[in-house]
Amino acid sequence: MSITTNRSGDGSELVISIKGRFDFSSHQEFRDAYENTEGPFSSYQIDMAETTYLDSSALGMLLLLRDYAGGDNAKIKIMNCNNDVRKILTISNFEQLFNIQ
Amino acid sequence: MSSPANVSEVDRGSKSTLKILIADDNHSDRLILQTIVKRQNHTVVTAVDGVEAVEKFTEERPDIVLLDALMPRKDGFEAARDIKRLAGEDLIPIIFLTSLSDAESLAKCLEAGGDDFLSKPYNQIILQAKIKAFDRMRKMHSTLQLQRDQIAENNKHLLREQQVAKTVFDNVAHLGCLGAVNIQHLLSPLSVFNGDVLLACQKPSGDMHVLLGDFTGHGLPAAIGAMPLAEIFYGMTTKGYSLANILAEINQKLKAILPVGFFCCACMVELRFEQKEIEIWIGGLPECFLLRGDTLEKIKSNHLPLGILKAESFDTSTYRYEMNDGDRFYMWSDGIIESTSPEGELYGEKRLETMVEQHIRSKELFDTIKQEVISFAGESGPTDDLTMVEVTMIPEQDLGVVSNPQTIATLHGPKQWEFSYRLIDDSLANFDPIPLLLQIVVEVPGLRSFTGQIFTIISELYSNALDHGVLGLDSKLKSGSDGFGKYYRMREERLRKLENDYISIRIMHTGYGEGGRLTFRIEDSGAGFDFSSRMETMAQNNAAVLPANAGTFSGRGISLLSSLCSRIAFEGRGNIAEVDFEWEI
Repeated sequence: MSITTNRSGDGSELVISIKGRFDFSSHQEFRDAYENTEGPFSSYQIDMAETTYLDSSALGMLLLLRDYAGGDNAKIKIMNCNNDVRKILTISNFEQLFNIQ
Repeated sequence: MSSPANVSEVDRGSKSTLKILIADDNHSDRLILQTIVKRQNHTVVTAVDGVEAVEKFTEERPDIVLLDALMPRKDGFEAARDIKRLAGEDLIPIIFLTSLSDAESLAKCLEAGGDDFLSKPYNQIILQAKIKAFDRMRKMHSTLQLQRDQIAENNKHLLREQQVAKTVFDNVAHLGCLGAVNIQHLLSPLSVFNGDVLLACQKPSGDMHVLLGDFTGHGLPAAIGAMPLAEIFYGMTTKGYSLANILAEINQKLKAILPVGFFCCACMVELRFEQKEIEIWIGGLPECFLLRGDTLEKIKSNHLPLGILKAESFDTSTYRYEMNDGDRFYMWSDGIIESTSPEGELYGEKRLETMVEQHIRSKELFDTIKQEVISFAGESGPTDDLTMVEVTMIPEQDLGVVSNPQTIATLHGPKQWEFSYRLIDDSLANFDPIPLLLQIVVEVPGLRSFTGQIFTIISELYSNALDHGVLGLDSKLKSGSDGFGKYYRMREERLRKLENDYISIRIMHTGYGEGGRLTFRIEDSGAGFDFSSRMETMAQNNAAVLPANAGTFSGRGISLLSSLCSRIAFEGRGNIAEVDFEWEI
């Protein structure tokens, strides 16, 4: 598991890429990824192209980010999910809270 | 760690002066070594042969042993074995002193339990370095031992705490009716610490609520939300609240008390034995299975889990299905489909679905699933968060008496009273007055044991007034092939369009002796119905024994009412009903 961050072109968006399993062990690293950057940004993108698995504590971490980024006003896009990851997000109906693409 | 034994362990581990046992049968060798070692500020104990070495070891408990390989009575190899055995878990480094230099002899020293060897003649610098090195190792070993013991003690402590917490949880949650004949379930005894909860309880009407919840995370954080959840579930179910009301309340409570990022995936059902219906709410759990005859229907999660959304955005919409007797409903936590084989393969939804379809008619389906999942997990065994439940629709009378928690009123309420309550337009659509009315009524001393009957009377009267009166829905609608769904769609639509509509409920109680009479009078704004012909039929047929589904009465629940009430009367255009319920302890 590793997490990397990048700023998008104009610097207003933070892209967080998650590699491998996204579970409880990533808690601190994921938190650091958005808290230790000069945020909050106006929008966030979670790139799951290389995320192999999500557990329920990962869903909890996404909710924490959402809270940090403004709760109901947060702009968070979740990108490039594989089928397994997508399924977990769908079962929990997270598309009601996040823009899942 | 507070025990004295362990304190001395720490002291021994950290001091710089060591107690060293020197065993050598050669007097001058012994003297030389002793001098070298003493010069390094260590205390020395000496022995002249193996037997004495073992004795001295027992008496003095030295930190390091220097042992000559060849000695009379008992040689160094044997003494080393004895000393290692006596040392038990403690690391007592043994350094062999030897003039032997062939590889085989040196290897023999180590095999006997020696940790190193030192060749004669002694090199003072090497000896000093070795003593230091072994002292480091000894300290590391005792630190490890100490930490291991601490972890074991902490773990014991944690388990004790969990036991206590579990007892409290059981007191809150054990009262349910999971033992009812129509329920089979699988739940590990300490499941609450995996975050899984399974609750079942009957409403005063006899209908049944079952809830399966899966909290995020493990351990105490996962368990802590289960308490208020169970409290609300049982408290509100026994008072007759609806699925939607209870879920909204649980959601709001969890949202308020759980930190962001913690939530509860859940599925809750209401099983209506009289109407042969199931109502399902599911948020965040894997697809549930509804087995009707030979058909498997998968019920997908269509809501966010509990504890995420604020009250105003929380959605209580439900699925409703008809269920015949013998039809079954399955729900589970993700432990079932995420059960993993020794090769690391997930059990998965496909396998579960195929298996259920194969055994769809089997009465042992529940056990078959359980066995299959457990054997899939193989030798390593399943994880302990396998939670699943099977709920079967059965004839109401087969359910028998299921014990429910009864809240006993501590205050004595009034015996003679009357009140009326009127709901208008939006309140009709959004509010269920039955639990509230029921609470007032059962405050009468002695009436609480009739909660079930009273609940049935109020709900029958109220749903007649609402569905057939105000909303003008004909229950014949339900009987068509797609009628069931159509009925509820129309109901939803009409509820949204209420204007100048009302239901008035008036309840009176007169007490006498050990009993009394409750009169319910309910009036609605609907068009009423032609009751004259029906009343005649009822008179002819001796209403009290009419079966619940007797032709002309179906839809207005009159037969059910007449089995409970001493008098039923209609007035006005059929939009007013009045019934008496006589009771005696």
